[in-house]
Amino acid sequence: MQPNLLSNVTNATPSRMSEKIDHPQLCQWLDAVANSRDKKAFTQLFHFFAPKIQRIARNKFPNEAQASEVVQETMSNVWRKAHLFNADKGAATTWVYTVMRNVTFDMLRKIKGNREDNLSDDIWPIAESMASEDEPFEDHLENKQLLTVIEKLPEVQQQVVKGFYFMEMSQEQLAVHLNLPLGTIKSRLRLALAKLKVQLGEEHD
Amino acid sequence: MIKHHPKFELIQSFVNGDLPASLSAAIAIHADMCPKCQQQIAQLTDQVAEVSFEEAFLDRFIIDEQEEVECIDEKHTDISNIDEMIAQITQFDDIHSIEPNIEKTIQLNNKTYILPTALNSMSLGKTLHLGKLARSRIQLNENEIHTSLLHIEPGGGVPQHTHKGFELTLLLDGSFSDERGEYVKGDFIMLDGTHTHNPVSEQGCLCYTVANDALHFTQGINKLLNPIGSFIY
Repeated sequence: MQPNLLSNVTNATPSRMSEKIDHPQLCQWLDAVANSRDKKAFTQLFHFFAPKIQRIARNKFPNEAQASEVVQETMSNVWRKAHLFNADKGAATTWVYTVMRNVTFDMLRKIKGNREDNLSDDIWPIAESMASEDEPFEDHLENKQLLTVIEKLPEVQQQVVKGFYFMEMSQEQLAVHLNLPLGTIKSRLRLALAKLKVQLGEEHD
Repeated sequence: MIKHHPKFELIQSFVNGDLPASLSAAIAIHADMCPKCQQQIAQLTDQVAEVSFEEAFLDRFIIDEQEEVECIDEKHTDISNIDEMIAQITQFDDIHSIEPNIEKTIQLNNKTYILPTALNSMSLGKTLHLGKLARSRIQLNENEIHTSLLHIEPGGGVPQHTHKGFELTLLLDGSFSDERGEYVKGDFIMLDGTHTHNPVSEQGCLCYTVANDALHFTQGINKLLNPIGSFIY
């Protein structure tokens, strides 16, 4: 079953979308790491996230060395698990946050002498988002209105949105069909959804 | 229908990763059964993630354009050996593969239950029986916090008791009722020392329980049971 459009709009972009964080860019880097083991993209991600992770970890761990371990472990998981990130289910920041929180949680348990049992990935799965599906989208009027909004999108984004939601093609199928890299499909879809969200939000007010 | 949910402060601490494993798992299990809480957790996680990575960001530098992201240089960070760390991480090309989820089961009073995935890596102690109750301790080593799976056979119950600390009961299967009403699968029932109750299960049930102190039986002959209060929770 295809995820419905509205739930994706809410999940693809955090509700308080920041002007300061370039979400599409972060997603693109993550995709590049996942799809082509792109070390340059990873370096960009590292520069963006590592100092922040270090600082956040310093509030939870008594010393710098442990905070660095959190950075090392988190970024290493980002490198090895990037393919588990699904841009349709949430922002890149949310995913990296989950990876970082899980690393921190397991390390704290270890330090406190509880156990070395790595429970975090069972509690907060990083392969799937926690986001649930909203009520099924079945309002025809809404659907019609949606279509008019979609027609206002740039042609290249329309192709992707229509293919994905109306023809129920997967992102991979679209990539082959349109002869484009998967990352491009994903970022077009993301941009389109962000625009739709703004449009629909305005018209609902 | 699920009527009892973790309160907001608990959900917040859960998202921040500040709760002990016992309670974190409880909220994860509840959210798996409760779309409303699942939604709330997803939104909160989005927000917390955004704020975490944004605030720290703004403190260090203000960027006007994307290009400047690439200009961030080592001296702004506390990590001394950035290039070394990157090289070390990226030298291996192996990717993490997830093992297919093997369902873990537990057999209590001749009934087999599939355990929630949040408990997959936890080890269970051997099952102890007392009348219609069966309990298996979950070994989380959280000092005074005890976590268990508690099974009540049809018609069984826990005598009226109170708690010195808190007692969380999460219904995994079946139903039970007490003075406050009927509870169903997924209900997240958090009680503290001000509550007294006497849960009874007509159809039988399986609960995930977390308590930070032994039960304290309060009524008549049941007071004699106080030494076994620590058996149950």
